[in-house]
Amino acid sequence: MLNKKNKTYYVCVFFFCLFVLFLYGPTFTIVLLSFQGPDGGLTFPLNGVSTYWFEELWRGGSVVDIGSAFKRSIILGVIVMVLTVLLSVSAGLAFRKKFWGSDTLFFATVASLIVPSIVLSLGVALQFRLLDDFTKWLGSTFDINYINEFFQTTLGMFTSGLGAQLTWTLPFGLLIMFAVFNRFDKSYEEAARDLGATPWKTFKEVVFPLIAPSIIGIALFGFTLSYDELARSSQVMGAGNTLPLELKGLTTTVTTPVIYALGTVTTFVSFSVIGISIACYIWLKRKRG
Amino acid sequence: MKFLKLKPTVGLLSIPYSLIFIFFFFIPLTLTFIISFWDYNEYSIIPDFIFENYAYIFKDCLNFEKDICVTFKTYLSTFMFCFITWFFTLIIGFFVAYFLAFYVNSITWQIVLFLLCTIPFWTSNVIRMISWIPLLGRNGLVNDFLLSTGLADEPQEWLLYSGFSIVLAFVHLYTLFMIVPIFNSMMRIDKSIIEAAYDNGANGLQILWNVIIPLCKPGIVIGSIFVITVVMGDFITIGIMGGQQIPSIGKIIYVEMSYLQLPAAAANAVILLALTLLIIWIMTKMIDIRKEL
Repeated sequence: MLNKKNKTYYVCVFFFCLFVLFLYGPTFTIVLLSFQGPDGGLTFPLNGVSTYWFEELWRGGSVVDIGSAFKRSIILGVIVMVLTVLLSVSAGLAFRKKFWGSDTLFFATVASLIVPSIVLSLGVALQFRLLDDFTKWLGSTFDINYINEFFQTTLGMFTSGLGAQLTWTLPFGLLIMFAVFNRFDKSYEEAARDLGATPWKTFKEVVFPLIAPSIIGIALFGFTLSYDELARSSQVMGAGNTLPLELKGLTTTVTTPVIYALGTVTTFVSFSVIGISIACYIWLKRKRG
Repeated sequence: MKFLKLKPTVGLLSIPYSLIFIFFFFIPLTLTFIISFWDYNEYSIIPDFIFENYAYIFKDCLNFEKDICVTFKTYLSTFMFCFITWFFTLIIGFFVAYFLAFYVNSITWQIVLFLLCTIPFWTSNVIRMISWIPLLGRNGLVNDFLLSTGLADEPQEWLLYSGFSIVLAFVHLYTLFMIVPIFNSMMRIDKSIIEAAYDNGANGLQILWNVIIPLCKPGIVIGSIFVITVVMGDFITIGIMGGQQIPSIGKIIYVEMSYLQLPAAAANAVILLALTLLIIWIMTKMIDIRKEL
């Protein structure tokens, strides 16, 4: 059999270890380099050990306002996460039965994952630009003071930015829901209904506890994909940039390990979120017994 | 689903989800198509119905006496990146999935190792790209190694900001897109089929080639679609890892947008999208995606 521990097995183990090293090795080097002394550069050897570059990052030395970009990214990530969970769980429930337009919606979901991000970003930017023109036209034609004096743009982090990111996170959420319901034992639900539970009660008391661990998974996708999203966000964030956008700009301008320190911090945030999610997942699974 | 007595109104639950896709997917893409026929000047876009934006893209392309035109050159280079990346992600992704599916026996370990492969996907792509700099740079670890062992006389410049580093970054970032669907296909293979092949005297290689690979075809196709489309539209990885020197279609669109030549960018986007859809259409002829979830 295949799982016999022969020579091929060890070759495969070796190959897998190499792959994991390839995945994590580079990130590990920049974490290491971010703890250099003040004289350190972008490459090895390590010049002493300190937290100088983190302090530098904290002071904002030579770097744009990273603190507020960081805060914006977290806030947007949380909003995207909540919306991704709510919308994909409810759509997942709807998809258990064929409904008007369900095939089109499924097609759009898959298409959204594979449409080049720059094309989508351009499309959303064009749409909001036209919306701006239209609003200004309304303002001048009907003499609406509020628009004429205060209106600048509809483009922004929580309008176009949020929408563009949702086209990336929602498909993952819905596909996870599909995978969940394909393996879902409907007899519990039937039993609840036979005992006279209303649809809402059936969902709350039976379905939700069963799918709760998977919802953690959707939340994890929602937050992390938004927090690191770059291509779709690139044209639609308006005035305030998110952290990945600032980071992309920094790759061409910053030549000190401060960028590694920033990398270490964001990777730490990502890992914490992943860790918490996995812990919640295990806890929910255990609780269910 | 025969026994599930859901009310027809349960379909209404999809409305919020649908609205997002109507407003942020269907309308933007339709507008992109429409605006690709518009005119523009330095400050504004002007409603019109002209083909100049498209004509400009293919300017000189049908003149065979000259060199190959910029557009074709860019597409060729992008297709090259697609192909090389596809090749490496497929080989590596297949064997990682193969190991996870057939050589790891306990479910717990399978989950743990699978997560180990997935976690980097949830961290920042930009950080994962720049983390190659200390390794591949002029004074990086690889060059140090090459110089100290005498394998090279001078620092190798092609390691970073080159086609090589672009492909390396793509493989680093997107092999997961191959692992997940192929692993999914492999987990559905009934182990008794493999057992039967083995009992009939097939060796490991024959089982791999005649049993496992054909049964993994759907996974391979889905993974390939993801990898190819993501490379086709890329402008960030090629930008950062190519030192902003290597062209790509995504980059053309990005630059045109920054000069506010929006209809021109839209025309490029329409062509890029059409090509991407064509590739996907050809590939999905081979499988039914919905059955694979």
